[in-house]
Amino acid sequence: MKIFNYIMTNFIKMIVLIILVCIVTFTLAVNSPIDPIRQYVGSGVTLSVEQRESIEEYWGLNDTKLERFQKWSYNILHGDFGESLIYRKSVMSIIKDKAMSSLFLMICTFIVSGAVGYLLGLIMGKYRDSILDKAIKTICVTFSATPTFWVGILMLMIFSVKLNLFPIGFSIPIGKTMEDVNFYEKVYHAILPIITLTIVFIPNIALHTRSKTIDVLQSDFVLFAIARGEKSIMKNHVIKNTVIPAITIQFGSFSEIFGGSVLAENVFSYPGLGSTIVDAGLGGDIPLLLGITIIIAIFVFLGNFIADMLCMAMNPMVREEHIIG
Amino acid sequence: MDRRKKSKLISIIIVSIILLIMFLGVIITDDMLSTNFKDKNQLPSFEHPFGTDWLGRDMFLRTVKGLSNSLVIGSLASLISSLIAVIVGGLAGTMPKWVDNIVRIIIDLVMGIPHLILIILISIFVGRGTKGILIGVALTHWVSLARIVRSEVLQVRNEQYIKISRRFGKSNWYIFKNHMIPVVLPQYIIGLVLMFPHAILHEASVTFLGFGLSPETAAIGIILSESMKYLISGMWHLAFFPGLALVILVLIINKLGENLSLILNPHFTRE
Repeated sequence: MKIFNYIMTNFIKMIVLIILVCIVTFTLAVNSPIDPIRQYVGSGVTLSVEQRESIEEYWGLNDTKLERFQKWSYNILHGDFGESLIYRKSVMSIIKDKAMSSLFLMICTFIVSGAVGYLLGLIMGKYRDSILDKAIKTICVTFSATPTFWVGILMLMIFSVKLNLFPIGFSIPIGKTMEDVNFYEKVYHAILPIITLTIVFIPNIALHTRSKTIDVLQSDFVLFAIARGEKSIMKNHVIKNTVIPAITIQFGSFSEIFGGSVLAENVFSYPGLGSTIVDAGLGGDIPLLLGITIIIAIFVFLGNFIADMLCMAMNPMVREEHIIG
Repeated sequence: MDRRKKSKLISIIIVSIILLIMFLGVIITDDMLSTNFKDKNQLPSFEHPFGTDWLGRDMFLRTVKGLSNSLVIGSLASLISSLIAVIVGGLAGTMPKWVDNIVRIIIDLVMGIPHLILIILISIFVGRGTKGILIGVALTHWVSLARIVRSEVLQVRNEQYIKISRRFGKSNWYIFKNHMIPVVLPQYIIGLVLMFPHAILHEASVTFLGFGLSPETAAIGIILSESMKYLISGMWHLAFFPGLALVILVLIINKLGENLSLILNPHFTRE
């Protein structure tokens, strides 16, 4: 029963947070200086006062903010985020189009950076203070200070301009439409963004795993295991004790991977949610902006929720705390 | 030389580098950044250490100016942000439980939306430019420091000496001034310095995407986003050196944070 309560509390917390995100973004949008009618008709068109008033009436701009929020949230609950002003399509269909490319990018980054970072962390921790450790650590510290977009530009300079291995920009080959692109071409165009994001997100998990590994190796139980003549200490003790914090950390950086993918997608002009949100922002397209923000927030909170559940399923200490304690 | 002296020396050197960059940023006027078509598209040389761009502007001067702009915005934003952190963290630590719960929800909320996207949203909705980016960065970076302040305050509040002080009838203000501040202040300063590079990187990122500073100002983000157009023509120096300068700046500020924590953190001072 206790475990059920724990899951429910976390679930309700997630729902509350998502609702709060909606309220906050809506408040920001309503109070913004951007004039929705101007954005909608475009700057070249002149509007008479009467036309303007009729649009205001039609859109319900004269209602109180609370009423507008009620309508808006009602529509959102039915999956209707309104119509994008720059694409002239419904926001939901744009998100559906773009979300898959973004998710592909992010899931690859998530897995590769997690696995590589964790391994590097283990190696650094095991051979602490060796040249290998110092070298990897310096690289990690440097890359954690490097802006994502600069790594992306360097990648473009090296692999696209100098070596001519990858295309510069464009997520699809020139002369083809979105529907004709086959799977390999898509992957081919995603390789550089994935490498960029992976490089940027490795340091966090690697440095964290390094310090955890060192903690475990210095603990009394490892000393005892060595004294007993146990052979595979890394396998039996270190990995068991470091993998859960590593997973927690990796899920925790989920939100930042979204942020990083915005930059990477823009550098490589990759058609995902990240480049769309920038277009929406620059074009003053508020419905699209709000829609993407809310979708991203839902993904992040879901990620955190899954992380909590995984942590509970895998970590006997946390599990006991919530079942017995 | 013992470790404390070494840390102090390093800190002083780094602070003077930062001040020097800010000072140079004030000296470099727009005149010096004016276009000069006689030597455009030059590769790095003695005369122009970072080369020149397609308008003949000296990239070294532009980079320094950009770094100094970043430093000014970064320091202002992280100062505001750290004040928010202290107020929020302090309230959460001292007020009744429900305040703490609300603060935790707000923290989860801010952590839930990726910082970059939140900054973009805020900067759009308050009107772009320097103001937008200042408010955006300030409103997103207080979270981790607020957590630290909160846990410090909670820990200190239950210490024996505070309880004794309270039994002696000392006022809340006295306890705050004489017992809380000395413990929280070092953490605050270290947190502020460590927040600084994040603020600078986010400022550069948001400016790179086109939401931050106006395109006329010299800023690293703008220099780099302009350089993207000239990548194919092989002008690698336009992107390489300004980015490298930014990375080095962030690294030395991180170094400053490490050394300050060696000096200020009571756990290390006894060594």
